[in-house]
Amino acid sequence: MKPLFQISNLRKSFGTNLVLDDVSIDFPAQSTTVIIGASGSGKSTLMRCMNLLEELDDGQIHLDGSDISAYGIEIDSVRAQIGSVFQAFNLFPHLSVLDNITLAPRLVQKLKKETAEKLALELLKRFGLEDKADAFPNLLSGGQQQRVAIIRAVATNPKFLLLDEVTSALDPVLIAEVLTLIAELKSEGMTMVIATHEMGFAKKIADSVIFLHHGRVHETGTPAQIFEAPQSQELRDFLGALHQAGRL
Amino acid sequence: MTYQPSSLQLQREAAKRRASRRSTLIALASTFAFGTLIAVVITGAQGYEKVKASFFNWHYAKQALPSVAHGLLLNLRVLVMAEFFVLLLGLLIAIARTTTSPVLYPLRLIATIYTDLFRGLPLLLVLLLVGLGIPGLRISWIPNSAVVLGTVALVLTYSAYVAEVIRAGIEGVNPTQRQAARALGLSQSQTLEHVVLPQALRNVTPPLLNDLVSLQKDSGLISVLGAVDAIRAAGIQTAQSFNFTPYLVAGALFVLLTIPLTRFTDWLTRKQDSRQRAQGQW
Repeated sequence: MKPLFQISNLRKSFGTNLVLDDVSIDFPAQSTTVIIGASGSGKSTLMRCMNLLEELDDGQIHLDGSDISAYGIEIDSVRAQIGSVFQAFNLFPHLSVLDNITLAPRLVQKLKKETAEKLALELLKRFGLEDKADAFPNLLSGGQQQRVAIIRAVATNPKFLLLDEVTSALDPVLIAEVLTLIAELKSEGMTMVIATHEMGFAKKIADSVIFLHHGRVHETGTPAQIFEAPQSQELRDFLGALHQAGRL
Repeated sequence: MTYQPSSLQLQREAAKRRASRRSTLIALASTFAFGTLIAVVITGAQGYEKVKASFFNWHYAKQALPSVAHGLLLNLRVLVMAEFFVLLLGLLIAIARTTTSPVLYPLRLIATIYTDLFRGLPLLLVLLLVGLGIPGLRISWIPNSAVVLGTVALVLTYSAYVAEVIRAGIEGVNPTQRQAARALGLSQSQTLEHVVLPQALRNVTPPLLNDLVSLQKDSGLISVLGAVDAIRAAGIQTAQSFNFTPYLVAGALFVLLTIPLTRFTDWLTRKQDSRQRAQGQW
């Protein structure tokens, strides 16, 4: 079976700084892929290349069999099929929670206001946030804001979801509520790519783990292979550092 | 058991009360001394009686008020029109300057030249060039009324200022907001309309209102083109009586006109400050 999302020979540099070097990854439908690696290993750039927020220097990206990295592609319509959630939530501060969630469905998917709001309220209810529909983002806790940001991405009915360090700005209690939501999305069959420092969570939720080192895919495998039997010295060093920091 | 403040706390509160009483007394005494000093200097000046007679004459003030107030109605009409077009044109220029598409390069270039030019030219010069130069062209369909041309000159100058304020607001919106909107699939123009502009305009409302206050008073400058506004009406009165009090009347009316907007601006700024503090930002 062809993978839902496929990166082949991706290369990206900023000036003379080569950030991603010949990266090739397959993301099967309904799988959860976790990307780990030290700061500066290229995780965020990889995520930003995947939703075309960065221009590629070389290589190809296929979504559902079609080349979305082709020159002259309708970038807006590609992005509408990919849900992205960022470390800093990036909710729109001038819009209520409900309006944050319905903005893209109304403008991009052209849903009627009532349809979009019904859908949004259903999602909010499912994830225990229905009483926050009319609140503005600044009145929510960090964990609530990030859950709203994830719901906002899911509401556009994306083919898959990119989660870039979505818990890095949260304290442990709030991290738990966000991770619970992500686990629920996985159980519903959402295809996800997650860049994270939460190794415990990565072990539990990942179907496959990718260790990025100096812009290259250094090691891939199941969580058991990556965390219990690391092959390369670099991965052992990385896991050792996490262990010392109490993150593993 | 009910709470009883400790004797230490009672002492502290008493000391605080004493200090605040002392501050009030000092402020009163200082204001009184300062006021007396100014009064003595002015009333003691050699030409005081003459100035008082030619600038603060109650008789002429009453006489001038109706025609000056009537002139102010013209200022009001001018500034309502001018404010509308200033905001509209300023917004369009600001948007033009923040576009990135190569097709729109000429538009960006024109907008840049426009703001550079009209922010640099003294308003009085623009008024004279537009008000006297355009009628000189003798193009039949262009109105040559001083009021219309004066308004055009005000709009030209002030839209350049307002455009820069709005552009600063647009560029002040965090780039991650734009990124989040684009990641959701919104187009460039949808992002501008629904995400960037609402935040930008909210952030620049106080400086924007400040420019409008300035526009209100500068609407008096159209009198140089011969429009009978408040200042021109005061001038006519002065020419008849050789007394300058009508100018003071016009000045007082302009101040009264701007005070509501100034207070509104202050109030809005305070409100925004406190809202941001409530959000725990900065």
